[in-house]
Amino acid sequence: MTGLILSHLSVHRGPCPVVDDVSADLRPGEFVGLIGPNGAGKTTLMRAALGLIRHKGTSSLARLSAADRARTAAWLPQMREIAWPVSVETLVGLGRTPHLRPGQRMGAADRAAIADALGRMDLAGFEHRRATALSGGEQARVLIARAVAQEAPVLIADEPIAGLDPAHQITTMRLFAGLAAEGRLVVAALHDLGLAARFCTRLLVLHRGRLEEDGPPGEVLTAPTLARVFGLRAYLADTPEGPIVQPVEVVT
Amino acid sequence: MSFRALIAALSALVAALFLAALLVGPAGLAPGESLGALVTGQGDAAALVMREIRLPRAILAVLVGASLGLSGAALQGYLRNPLAEPGLIGVSASAALGAVIALQTGLAAAHALALPGLALAGALVAVLLLLVLAGPRGGAFTLILAGIALSSLAGALTALVLNLSPNPYAAADIVFWMMGSLADRSFAHVWMALPLTLVGWLLIAGLGRGLDALTLGEDAAEALGIRLSRLRLALVLGVAASVGAGVAVAGAIGFVGLIVPHLLRPLVGARPGRLLLASALGGAALLLASDLAVRLILPDRDLKLGVLTAILGAPLFFHLIYKTRREAGA
Repeated sequence: MTGLILSHLSVHRGPCPVVDDVSADLRPGEFVGLIGPNGAGKTTLMRAALGLIRHKGTSSLARLSAADRARTAAWLPQMREIAWPVSVETLVGLGRTPHLRPGQRMGAADRAAIADALGRMDLAGFEHRRATALSGGEQARVLIARAVAQEAPVLIADEPIAGLDPAHQITTMRLFAGLAAEGRLVVAALHDLGLAARFCTRLLVLHRGRLEEDGPPGEVLTAPTLARVFGLRAYLADTPEGPIVQPVEVVT
Repeated sequence: MSFRALIAALSALVAALFLAALLVGPAGLAPGESLGALVTGQGDAAALVMREIRLPRAILAVLVGASLGLSGAALQGYLRNPLAEPGLIGVSASAALGAVIALQTGLAAAHALALPGLALAGALVAVLLLLVLAGPRGGAFTLILAGIALSSLAGALTALVLNLSPNPYAAADIVFWMMGSLADRSFAHVWMALPLTLVGWLLIAGLGRGLDALTLGEDAAEALGIRLSRLRLALVLGVAASVGAGVAVAGAIGFVGLIVPHLLRPLVGARPGRLLLASALGGAALLLASDLAVRLILPDRDLKLGVLTAILGAPLFFHLIYKTRREAGA
């Protein structure tokens, strides 16, 4: 299985570094939560890791050819774009694009991957509905299903659970954790620290483009880090239900 | 309706309209007589009418119509905007400028192919400028801006030529040419337009999968392995070659490239890749039908094809706006 190795990755916008010298070795089987306040550089870091923007330093994914990278990593952008009123099945099927040679039609394996992704995202029965006619949260799930159908060993998702109802936030996090447990690497930018603490196996804390913390949630989500990076005071507890991180107040 | 059934139906429609285009004309030949003359070459006048007038005219209607439909569908897919049309990238206006210069300088009168030749030169200059302006890695937005800038410049220069036109007859010639028509075209025009048109079609035909992936946006499409800069280059060159060749021989014919993808999109499940072939056939059918209508409605008055497509297309567009509004519940 494939992981993701970032080495001294930097992205500059004008003279300012947006991502500043980030190094990390992300292994298969990990569910990595990328957390940090707005503007910390989470999206830029992920796009640079995929090789979609110019960067300094190296990323193991960015060095692959476009076709190889598409078979290695699925990318779920934050912007949820569905340009045309295609069916849900067609949209999820776009995830199979990297697996098809020019002119090749979808086969049984492709259809099985689509059906599996739809099932995992609780979308069975939605196949023939128009994707643009669904609610925002349903569209988000369809787009996640598209990335899952790609069946790549690495899944990189930018705020995948924003805008989902609480139940689907939890099922999506559980799905990502399950994909990681199957031996894939899942990297997701997240704002919900509570869900990140409960489901991720590892957290990267990004602050002003720099990697501030890197480790298991219990070690990373401490009162000093939350205050320094997020400007937050939180209720932290270890319970039989798992760790609880509930932000309660803004500190200045 | 399945995609195959749709393509079969559209192909049959194009074939039927092509046949009709061969049978209708001011010469008033009987159907049997005209088709017989076409095949055997017997009967001097009839064979001449069929082989030198009606056949090239019908072929050009197919070539130009298919180019407009295909280019419109490809541009709409790339820009993810149903309002995009082949004229958007400025190639049509620049080709028209080349033709207008040929008319103005008298070159068009001196040599039959000077006009389409200069029009093609105009299209070529436009493509080069477009690629320089839009840059090698720019996105859809810079392409639209560059296209609008080029269209405006070509339009302004065309107006300048008209403005400085020494006599009203030259000006009238220019205005009538710009309305777009397939009347009095010969096989020389077909041979001039055919190679570039086919090159353009081939370039666009390979874009289906990339256009499908663009449904998810540029970032997601690129991550799916689609090389966007290469796709855009093929798209620009394909549209420029096929539409530039079309404008060179037929003038600027509006609305076909806008309306046909619109009408057919629901029938292909809105998939941009499938829309390409459907739209090419639909464009050919619409232009054949319009060119027939031009000959049937006012046979004596030389009604211009581009005028008719605009008159037909605009109300259809009103209807589409109304439908869109109703679906949005506004």
